[in-house]
Amino acid sequence: MSRLAYLDNNATTQVAPEVLEEMLPFFKEYYGNPSSMHAFGGVVQKKVDAAREKLAALIHADPSEIIFTSCGSESDNTAIFGAATAIGPGGTIITTRVEHPAVLQPCRKLKEMGYKVFEIGVHGDGTLDMDEYKAALSAPGKKLVTMMWANNETGVIFPIKECAELAKAAGAYFHTDAVQAMGKLSEVNMAEVPADMLSLSGHKLHAPKGIGALYIRKGTHINPFLLGGHQENGRRAGTENVPYIVGLGKAAELAKIDLASDEIERIKKLRDTLQEALLKLPDARLNGSLTKRLPNTLKISFEFIEGEALLYHLSDAGICASSGSACSSGSLEPSHVIRAMGVPFTAVHGSLRFSLSRYNTEEDINQVIKVMPGIVDKLRKISPFVNA
Amino acid sequence: MWNYTDKVLDHFHNPRNVGKIENPDGIGQVGALACGDALTLMFKLDENGRIADVKFQTFGCASAIASSSALTEMIKGMTLEEAQKVTNQDIAEFLGGLPEEKMHCSVMGREALEAAIHNYKTGETSMRSVGDDPVICQCFDIHKSEIVRLATENHLTTVEQITNYCKAGGACGKCKAEIQEILNSVTHTAPEPKQEEKPRAMTQLQKIKLIEQTIDTEVRPLLQRDGGDIELIDVRGNEVVIAFRGMCAGCRSAHITKQLLVEAKLREFVSKAITVSEEGEA
Repeated sequence: MSRLAYLDNNATTQVAPEVLEEMLPFFKEYYGNPSSMHAFGGVVQKKVDAAREKLAALIHADPSEIIFTSCGSESDNTAIFGAATAIGPGGTIITTRVEHPAVLQPCRKLKEMGYKVFEIGVHGDGTLDMDEYKAALSAPGKKLVTMMWANNETGVIFPIKECAELAKAAGAYFHTDAVQAMGKLSEVNMAEVPADMLSLSGHKLHAPKGIGALYIRKGTHINPFLLGGHQENGRRAGTENVPYIVGLGKAAELAKIDLASDEIERIKKLRDTLQEALLKLPDARLNGSLTKRLPNTLKISFEFIEGEALLYHLSDAGICASSGSACSSGSLEPSHVIRAMGVPFTAVHGSLRFSLSRYNTEEDINQVIKVMPGIVDKLRKISPFVNA
Repeated sequence: MWNYTDKVLDHFHNPRNVGKIENPDGIGQVGALACGDALTLMFKLDENGRIADVKFQTFGCASAIASSSALTEMIKGMTLEEAQKVTNQDIAEFLGGLPEEKMHCSVMGREALEAAIHNYKTGETSMRSVGDDPVICQCFDIHKSEIVRLATENHLTTVEQITNYCKAGGACGKCKAEIQEILNSVTHTAPEPKQEEKPRAMTQLQKIKLIEQTIDTEVRPLLQRDGGDIELIDVRGNEVVIAFRGMCAGCRSAHITKQLLVEAKLREFVSKAITVSEEGEA
């Protein structure tokens, strides 16, 4: 097999070597329980506190506003069900049509439970329909808004600062799923964005899978999701996953360094190089806004060929990417995100997503640029919709 | 990733018989760009009526391409009568199996072959005779006859299986209840035949136990799925008396269920001599 070019970082990322190194002593040496009343556990408690501070620093929050969870999905569920119970049945939930299932499914569950749910649409370039959002906010009664900061499939960014301000003015709770935005956008800044809650996930940030966090602004009342012990200030029971919390702390520290350097710009340049080369291929089209988009994500459709077949050929060439095609998702429908954008059905099946991280190099990009024309050509030759 | 067999991957990477034939004798086109897969199949016959050349073009995933390629290999050299007998199951078996969710790829192959043979015989390009074969799944344009056929040929009993085999119900999901209804009628009329009859010498007590057991495992679960139930009332020699309960009680097709499900299963598992009557029946 050829060298591996991992370009699927919106799915998951490599654990940073610095993160792993930081974690290891907490399996072997410092295995105490942070809640214990002995110095052996106390040392561990200090490390958990330090990790919380690092994560809070990344998003300009107070450490007391961070609770650790098991993953991004748990953070989303905690925020949505926690706030929904606080506003009570009959309240209104406002979300968007392009959310991650970890947000969409809880919202649909709440609908079954008697809540009024609005799913706001997007424009053809994936940006939010602000008029529809404002109209939904004018609904009477108690409200919760939950919307993603950046889309996992297209990388399209929502104007979260503006949306949060509008929500607060309307007296609504505001939660944002920032899983994809974290470490990629410096505007994820809780000192400037009046969101009440924010979800993030470790494994999209070069920490391991199995750790996430939820930011809950001081004074925000939500009902805890996991009941039991007093951990996380009574907001999330369960003995702390110490090694992973320490790992997430380190990952946040590294992400903050990246944001302050020109690393994000470097990644964006690589993405743009790839974009430019692939858009030259026949019948290729970009999905999503060109400007309001994560610097690391490229979503592109190739008409008349199917995404899963593309992925298998890419995989043979050592390239990891992803697709929103029906076949690759295991369902029969192409991605709800692409459909919400109104991309014609004829183009949705051949969509590919490349997503980069700090570990990608020019060599990775060149590897794709080199093999892609051959793969597209091979599949087009088989396709009944292309006249050879 | 999907758990594809080596043979599927081989046919995906090295598809056989790709392309077009000038002036083909038969051409079949199924699927659509919007549905995510499509296949065009064409063949030419030799002087003996055997398939001398066959070519395909496919838009679709790895298993769609592999299924098309496999089909062309299978039917080359066959007469049309032989080719007509190729089922989607045969295509899947040729490839060493397909993931359940990908069975619709093999079905697409069989449909294209049928369409091509139909085109050869009639000159028509469409197989559909509209009439009383309603479209059940609007999203993927699946007619009732197709669902009945797949259920019968592949012994499918759940909506999920139907979705795996022809995509029906896989998009908006509005037709799921209707598919279930079709399945209910199919399951009742197409019991899987068992080949040999086991000669049994049983005491009456053993026979009653076997009857109870067969009803418990083979009959009741099917009825309960539709909110019905069955009770064993009496066994007189080879005459089994039952009563339908729940939704089955008073159901207009209960007598069909009695004959084609209850009696068939008891004859299969207990004895060929069994007859079934409903409580109160003369």
